[in-house]
Amino acid sequence: MTERPVHADGEPRRGVAVLKAIVRHRIFFALVCLALVLLLNMIVTMATSGSPGSFFKIVHTNGTFNGPLITILNRSSELIIVALGMTVVVSCSAGVDISVGAVMAFSSSVMVWLLGYGTLAQNDYHVKAYVVPLALGMLAALAVGSLCGLWNGFLVSRLKIQPMVATLILYTAARGAAKVVNSGQILKVDLPNFRWFGNFIQNGAGRNIIPLPTPIFIAAGVVLIVALVLRFTALGMNIQSVGINNRASRILGLNSARIILLAYVFAGLCAAIAGIIASSRIGGIDAQNNGKMIELDAILAVALGGNLLSGGKFSLAGTVIGAITIQTLTTVLYSINVSADQLPLYKAIVVVVIVVLQSTELRPMLNRAAAFVRPRRPAVAVAQAGE
Amino acid sequence: MVEPLVTMRGITKHFPGVLALDDVDFTLAPGEIHALMGENGAGKSTLVKVLTGAEPFETGEIRLAGNPAPVINHSPQEAQERGISTVYQEVNLCPNLSVAENLFAGRQPHHGMFVDRREVNRQAARIMADIGVDVVVERQLGEHSLAVQQMVAIARAISISAKVLILDEPTSSLNEQEVARLFELIRKLRDDGMGVIFITHFLHQVYQVCDKITVLRNGHLVGTYAIEALPRRDLVAAMLGRAFDDMAAIHRRSEDEVDRGGAPVIAARGLGVRGGIRPFDLDVYAGEVVGLAGLLGSGRTEVARAIYGADAADEGTLVVKGAPVKHSPIDSMRAGMAFCPESRKDEGCVQDLSVRENIVLAEQTKRGAFRLMSRAEQDRITREYVDLLAIKTASLDTPVKQLSGGNQQKVIVARWLATHPDFLILDEPTRGIDVGTKAEIQRLCVELAGEGMAILFISSEIDEMLRTCSRLGVMRDLSKVGELVDDEMSSSAIMSKIAGDEAGDD
Repeated sequence: MTERPVHADGEPRRGVAVLKAIVRHRIFFALVCLALVLLLNMIVTMATSGSPGSFFKIVHTNGTFNGPLITILNRSSELIIVALGMTVVVSCSAGVDISVGAVMAFSSSVMVWLLGYGTLAQNDYHVKAYVVPLALGMLAALAVGSLCGLWNGFLVSRLKIQPMVATLILYTAARGAAKVVNSGQILKVDLPNFRWFGNFIQNGAGRNIIPLPTPIFIAAGVVLIVALVLRFTALGMNIQSVGINNRASRILGLNSARIILLAYVFAGLCAAIAGIIASSRIGGIDAQNNGKMIELDAILAVALGGNLLSGGKFSLAGTVIGAITIQTLTTVLYSINVSADQLPLYKAIVVVVIVVLQSTELRPMLNRAAAFVRPRRPAVAVAQAGE
Repeated sequence: MVEPLVTMRGITKHFPGVLALDDVDFTLAPGEIHALMGENGAGKSTLVKVLTGAEPFETGEIRLAGNPAPVINHSPQEAQERGISTVYQEVNLCPNLSVAENLFAGRQPHHGMFVDRREVNRQAARIMADIGVDVVVERQLGEHSLAVQQMVAIARAISISAKVLILDEPTSSLNEQEVARLFELIRKLRDDGMGVIFITHFLHQVYQVCDKITVLRNGHLVGTYAIEALPRRDLVAAMLGRAFDDMAAIHRRSEDEVDRGGAPVIAARGLGVRGGIRPFDLDVYAGEVVGLAGLLGSGRTEVARAIYGADAADEGTLVVKGAPVKHSPIDSMRAGMAFCPESRKDEGCVQDLSVRENIVLAEQTKRGAFRLMSRAEQDRITREYVDLLAIKTASLDTPVKQLSGGNQQKVIVARWLATHPDFLILDEPTRGIDVGTKAEIQRLCVELAGEGMAILFISSEIDEMLRTCSRLGVMRDLSKVGELVDDEMSSSAIMSKIAGDEAGDD
């Protein structure tokens, strides 16, 4: 045997290995981000209210639970739903659907128009009685969203247009169409049931009978359904397979064009659901602001969740955590008096940080830097001396 | 004794869960062509990557001639500055730039901010003339044959720094003549005093050019030998760690054993693709291994793709077990076909998915997305084929991209065996994989046929087909030009058939 350094650290200890596996896991990063913004929120809340735990406090008043955490969860519902659709689109087509916000506005505009059909003619922008049943109106919204998705999917999967370009069409057109539908007016629906989906479910006397805001349930429901579908079908594997290697997927019998088409339909459907929540929140349709800029938050949520924007493997949990993180960030920015139009700047900074951290080039770069800064192993030290 | 160019001592490296290199020594002298041999996953590539700085190592030292102290390369660029260049199997140059531009990309002679194009071309022409390759350097690289491209890559490597040249599988996509030209060049470089590290799976090529052989097995150094001291048989034994019995043990089935009473499993009549394969007839019966011989680009792969429906046929009919079949992969699969494509990277592996997912994907797709196999069933199937084909993987959940090439190939074969096909198409199943695995796949082929499967086997290696096939279709210029059966099959018969029976035909 020649004398040489024995690799004392060659076999990492088991505990360390487990820890490393956790740190490397894609969701770990998302959780760290969430923890950071929660901490930030806590500090800000503490500074303003003076009591350390007030950010995490949940109080029960008027038959409902209230507190900053509930508000964040409630406000992130639309984003969670839209981001789920975005996750699937990104995974299988390695591109993003930037039309989701506009599709939200368009599909709920159609819904409100249907509900109050005829009221516009009398220049009265308040719907006081449903012309069609509420359920039918909502179904129509879902149908419109799905059709928009079908269009996007057709362009991407059959005509092989770049996803960003293909969805740019509806990104501009759908919001315009949304305004056309209701003559550019903000149409109000003055009926209590309509507000259930964005607020609390109430009884006839106007008391809240469910203690949590409805959007949380809708978002949870959508997440649950998607999780169950992925758990009990091979769709998740197929979507990822198509995203990772389209040609191989075709050879092994997958209809990749159809899978991509369906992914966009799903994204459209998700947008429609989110649109219904958003319009129900304000009790009417505001085509200008419904789903405004949500596509960017959704893409950010997908990336934050550890999903590569180049497609392939995805994690639902990551996306949900990502969406909540963004809403938490938004909340903290609002609470330190950043105005809505300045918000994108701060989010952009976050995006830059995430993209840099996700870069595959970063780790080798850091390793190289580390190797120069502190020689870790004897062999390295010798080489350093010789250079 | 001359000072060695490269001295590696006690190199050790781990990958997650695997000891990739264990106390490996390697020495390269000037003026020597040194073969690095071993099965897939033996550590050849890792050793080279450690040397070039593409991968870090844990212990050991590397010394380079001219450096008094041990050296660590942190990146291939750094290695290149120290005189170590690598040329990979895939040419990493730009096909849409000219030969000269490729040679000088990033270091063009220039006047101020302008590239001196004339000077670039002049110097490029001189470099190519030096190494004895006759090309018009102004022409686009992509217009030249793969062999020339490879030589341009080598020329670039040695014109940057010329002490150590590493050739990783340089001959995989070259034909015989091109290989001969490449070898001429390598010998010339050796005679100029360069050290060449040569990695290949082609044993006979090692004996054509190399002076020394270093054999690795499972990350361990087996030994370094002078070429005369290690005959081919012993080399294989050293690589496998066991006696060389496997190739001899394969006995192809004879046509007499094939029952032609029933309908053929596959009957193609006038099947053709416009602009691709010309209409051909082909029958394959149960229990038969039919080979397709021909030069690269002669239409072997295209026949397979047309039958499987990977390329939609424009004319002709395909009857599977008596029933006509539509031309699409999923219909073919449902009819009992399976297709291991030629390019396992582009059309085979789904890189980021696990070994388990890669193996069950085809069977799952055949059943439909809504009839998900239980995890237990997936594990059972995966375990079965991982054992059957001796796939080396850290776990069933390991992403398939972390496996070595040969094991990836086995995963693809496993994927299709898991669908229990009646008709299996293997397109170059042994390309780029080691002898041991090669023999295993050939033996498997014959065994499966013995169990009643019909197999279409495509390979560039005539020996391999003579060992496994009982009948050969011969392809030339996108047409099927004939068939050879049993005793008619011999290397010379195949070659003359490929060349065209008529004299003067090229």
